[in-house]
Amino acid sequence: MIQSVFGKFTKWKILKQLILIDIDVLIIGSLGIVSFISFFVGGVVSIQTALNLENPLLPKNLIAFATRQSVILEFAPTFISIIMAGKVGSYITSSLGTMRVTEQIDALEVMGINTYNYLIFPKIIALSLYPLVICASMFLGIFGGYIACVYGGWTSSGEFIEGIQLDFIPFHVTYAFIKTGFFSFVLATIPSFHGYYMTGGALEVGKASTISFVWTSVVIILLNYLLTQLLLT
Amino acid sequence: MIKVKNISKAFNGTQVLNQISTVFDKGKTNLIIGQSGSGKTVFIKCLLGLIQTDSGYIEFDNKAFNSMSVKERSVLRQEVGMVFQGSALFDSMTVEENIMFPMQMLTNKEENEVRDRANMVIKRVNLINANEKYPDEISGGMKKRVAIARAIAMNPKYLFCDEPNSGLDPKTAILIDNLIQEITEEYNITTVINTHDMNSVMEIGEKIVFLQNGVKAWEGTKKDIFNTNNEAVSNFVYSSDLFKKVRKMYLKN
Repeated sequence: MIQSVFGKFTKWKILKQLILIDIDVLIIGSLGIVSFISFFVGGVVSIQTALNLENPLLPKNLIAFATRQSVILEFAPTFISIIMAGKVGSYITSSLGTMRVTEQIDALEVMGINTYNYLIFPKIIALSLYPLVICASMFLGIFGGYIACVYGGWTSSGEFIEGIQLDFIPFHVTYAFIKTGFFSFVLATIPSFHGYYMTGGALEVGKASTISFVWTSVVIILLNYLLTQLLLT
Repeated sequence: MIKVKNISKAFNGTQVLNQISTVFDKGKTNLIIGQSGSGKTVFIKCLLGLIQTDSGYIEFDNKAFNSMSVKERSVLRQEVGMVFQGSALFDSMTVEENIMFPMQMLTNKEENEVRDRANMVIKRVNLINANEKYPDEISGGMKKRVAIARAIAMNPKYLFCDEPNSGLDPKTAILIDNLIQEITEEYNITTVINTHDMNSVMEIGEKIVFLQNGVKAWEGTKKDIFNTNNEAVSNFVYSSDLFKKVRKMYLKN
């Protein structure tokens, strides 16, 4: 499938439009839910950290430190990707699956169009902008933690900002974006595979979306483990 | 002209098509008839290369389809128009965009030229005030017309129709049948229609191939069908009382 995706290319004029549509649907359309989840989960992480810091000898800025580490290393790249597997992945599978069921993919093939390139390539390119979503998620996660901590009375603003800067290792951000790059490819290809090759009717479209979500999540979790082993140890 | 020789296809050990050979003539409406599950759709999809045959070969105007490279097949497919059973219109595009789509994708024509051609075929299939509508805003009969317009937009040499009048009322079904026949004669194309509608058989069946359990059980014209002694085809075509009476009257006269 991947080989065919990069096979005979669709006209650039049409491909450009398809890419822009997919950027709108897959990237811009996901910003709302990602922002909402990131902001509130960031807040919850910081509150829970604060609740567990019972020892008065431990500095309060550790709350911000823990929030930053959790959000940058795991929450934004991995857990947002799992959420995206549900949102974007099921959208891709169900839209391609419906096109298959209603013979729209067959119609494209009869016309002599490389359906892999026409349908899947724009999604891969659109999702290459996925790290921007994760970037927003990181910022909003930490910002949510800041708001929850400062306005909840757990730390002062100064302590929180000091904690964010504490022992900052820039490679952790690089590591998060390397993971995100791999996840974006997984998010585009596995749901596309399940949608493109599905057979049956409306019920099977639903089943294919569920299977696609399960496999995308499994691959993301395994890839996360593998990349962490390779990059952080 | 499309020549088919000894085509066979099995799915999971079940033989769906078995050694089918026939010729579909140019400028004629060739019908494939048979009961549901007789292998008509698989046969038409094999002709289009959407399903790979297990054995046998297909020729499009003396060019062997089986031995064509991917590029050659791609070129051939630009000469093929297909009307799918469910119309297979692109939901996100308007009627006009659906018809313009193959020309935009496969030719280097200017936008104005493409639009003019689209409007010409829209007129040809008698679609009125539907250019800006989406597929879910038009009736089943109109969808078929759009599918036919899209199929003929590229001036195809071969037109395939998979049950073009299924789900339509008898009057609209006959209009669609007649439209396909007119287009076939006007453009001198090889048309292959897959149907189990007996009105279509009587109306436009210039050549008829009858499939039974994946085997070609009979072939002939709509005139031959009245005189046939083939029990399988008689049972299928004259299954309704109306057609039995029509046949009796025809044979009497």
